Amino acid sequence: MAEEATEKTRREQIDRQAMPQQDPKVRAKNFDEVPLGYSPETAVKEAERCLQCRNPACVTGCPVGVDIPGFIHHIKEGEFTEAIRNLWGKNSLPAVCGRVCPQEIQCEQKCILAKKGDSVAIGNLERFAADYEREHGSGALPPKAEATGRRVAVIGSGPAGLTVAGDLILKGHEVTVFEAFHKPGGVLIYGIPEFRLPKAIVAQEVNFLERLGVKVVCDQVVQRTVMIDELFEEGYEAVFIGVGAGLPTFLDVPGKNLIGIYSANEYLTRANLMKAYRFPEYDTPIIRGKNVVTLGAGNVAMDSARTALRLGADSSRIVYRRSRAEVPARIEEVHHAEEEGVEFHFLAAPTRFIGNERGRVVGMECERMCLGEPDESGRCRPVPVEGAEFELECDLVIVAVGAGANPLLTKATPGLKLNKRGYVVADEKTGKTTKKGVWAGGDIVTGSATVILAMGAGRIAADSIHDYLTWGW
Amino acid sequence: MFKLVARKEMSAGTVILNEIEAPLIARKAKPGQFVILKANETGERIPLTMADSDPEKGTITVIYQVVGKSTALFKTLQVGDGYQDVIGPLGRPTHIEKVGKVVCVGGGTGTAVMYPITRGLKEIGNHVIAIIGARTKDLLILEDEMRAASHELHVCTDDGSYGHHGFVTEVLGRVLGEEDIKLVVAIGPVPMMKAVSKVTKEYGVPTLVSLNPIMVDGTGMCGGCRVTVGGETKFACVDGPEFDGHLVDYDELTLRLQGYREDEEHCYNEFCVSAA
Repeated sequence: MAEEATEKTRREQIDRQAMPQQDPKVRAKNFDEVPLGYSPETAVKEAERCLQCRNPACVTGCPVGVDIPGFIHHIKEGEFTEAIRNLWGKNSLPAVCGRVCPQEIQCEQKCILAKKGDSVAIGNLERFAADYEREHGSGALPPKAEATGRRVAVIGSGPAGLTVAGDLILKGHEVTVFEAFHKPGGVLIYGIPEFRLPKAIVAQEVNFLERLGVKVVCDQVVQRTVMIDELFEEGYEAVFIGVGAGLPTFLDVPGKNLIGIYSANEYLTRANLMKAYRFPEYDTPIIRGKNVVTLGAGNVAMDSARTALRLGADSSRIVYRRSRAEVPARIEEVHHAEEEGVEFHFLAAPTRFIGNERGRVVGMECERMCLGEPDESGRCRPVPVEGAEFELECDLVIVAVGAGANPLLTKATPGLKLNKRGYVVADEKTGKTTKKGVWAGGDIVTGSATVILAMGAGRIAADSIHDYLTWGW
Repeated sequence: MFKLVARKEMSAGTVILNEIEAPLIARKAKPGQFVILKANETGERIPLTMADSDPEKGTITVIYQVVGKSTALFKTLQVGDGYQDVIGPLGRPTHIEKVGKVVCVGGGTGTAVMYPITRGLKEIGNHVIAIIGARTKDLLILEDEMRAASHELHVCTDDGSYGHHGFVTEVLGRVLGEEDIKLVVAIGPVPMMKAVSKVTKEYGVPTLVSLNPIMVDGTGMCGGCRVTVGGETKFACVDGPEFDGHLVDYDELTLRLQGYREDEEHCYNEFCVSAA
């Protein structure tokens, strides 16, 4: 008993292990990862902090239900292989989640230690386990169920699609993922920058699925190159639509089409997928502004503003129409952005973009806002303040104010019910759409959200697809 | 890998024809649609409207002018080599219907894109008058093909080295004055499409043009190809590439096409130097 008490005290006295990271001034000039990862010793020490609760609240905060105390226990024991196997039981992309999940509002927020101090660094530990396996692991694969001979088509190789593929391949089904781009990963590859999620890691996560037997075919735009009904004719019995939101929103103000005004999608796709940050080694160019303004304050806006710094901006500003309290981005991303020198201008919105005689943006006129009554999203509606206009000089504007539903597939698929805003209507509990044999999940159903929520939707749909293949619709 | 099965050099090597093995695309491609091509790992994604497609052979054909690094790179591909990525068919197909007498105007390499549409309009029963033009005789392409695809063909050169000495708009003006034309389709450099639309507007003849803005993804997710048509923002890759010629903001398109001028010149010069 005394031994237990001593052990408990010793554990409680361990501080949350800090994640080593690149110095802000240095990292604002390179595309290397900001957090450097735990060493095995640090990971074990952090894992000791976990109280191994009998009724772990952290698990309830995880959209895919990872057995958090389970994998952490293995790390504590130095059983790193067992840790990753435990993780793979619930999460097929742990290297991704360990990096991009907003743990601070999910598992870590629920951690019992968070009540009085710092939570267990669950995200850092997940990342450690995945990275260790990638760098030192044997390459052995988790076991698959017996082959069922049933075929599933997954449309979109983003987080939702990859999760469906990973779940169903382990259950013994044949899975083919159809990707429109020339490389798989969806937002993981075009949206999230290299310095938050290295593309080599995404490639390895996809490769893991391929080694399990998932076929990934790129350059296939479903409802253009190949049709959903053809897939059924070819013998696929279930189709999952995970095509993402993918329709950029622009602000309808004068000058919106000046050269140097990008949607965040275009800016990030050039930088991340087409590697324009390595131009001219890579052929795709990108405008490298000196005075950059990013409109919006979500994660995508943070990614854009931080990328602009790395591409040589002298100043990178966020202009947001609400206040700091309403900022939707992950706290950690806002924090990293500010450390690197991104400036925040709150309660401001553009009324006009100003261009020069060559059609390039040189500035924007803004109005000041104040917060009025809440709108349908529950957030205070910004209201312009009369007579408080001002001008900002800028040569690059990135519009990161949200994305809508890309209609390329949805509008071309009869029988697939869409809501008023063009998102696919899917049952919350199963992911089933109104078209028989077709499921959907992720941003194309919910609107822009997060990687982990898309994965959660993928998990739900995969379970439902498996039931369908086993028992029927 | 999308293999090259045939290759032809035209216009003193400045215009190249590539027939590419892409069976899935060939099966679905319709006139007016385009593909996105990427030569290799570091290459750009660029759009080219298809000049032809053969569903039985499983091939598509593109014809492009060498204007920068990417097209210069494509030119180096020989039969048996391949493009790393070809994506399509993208864009809305041309709406082809029988309306009576139509005029198809092709400028420069725009004639390559005009060709399948001209053929389609003739096949459905329209009386097709084709007008093709180029700066000089050497830059004229597909003359025989366009003659076969139309009922009458007029050829123009800016310098008078072949055919009518003058712009396509001069011949067009004459035809519009003499015939009851129900539709004009014009594909070529932006100034040409703008000029054609100006002429047809005076005669009140519906006009379609095929726009060529800079593109990255081609599936409507980035907005890089946005154009203003009738005061509204449209994406050329999913709403077009064809639009009502009388409503297009050509001046804005012309400016936006210059967006990467310096980078493009730098890359092209470097490529030419290293190739030499």
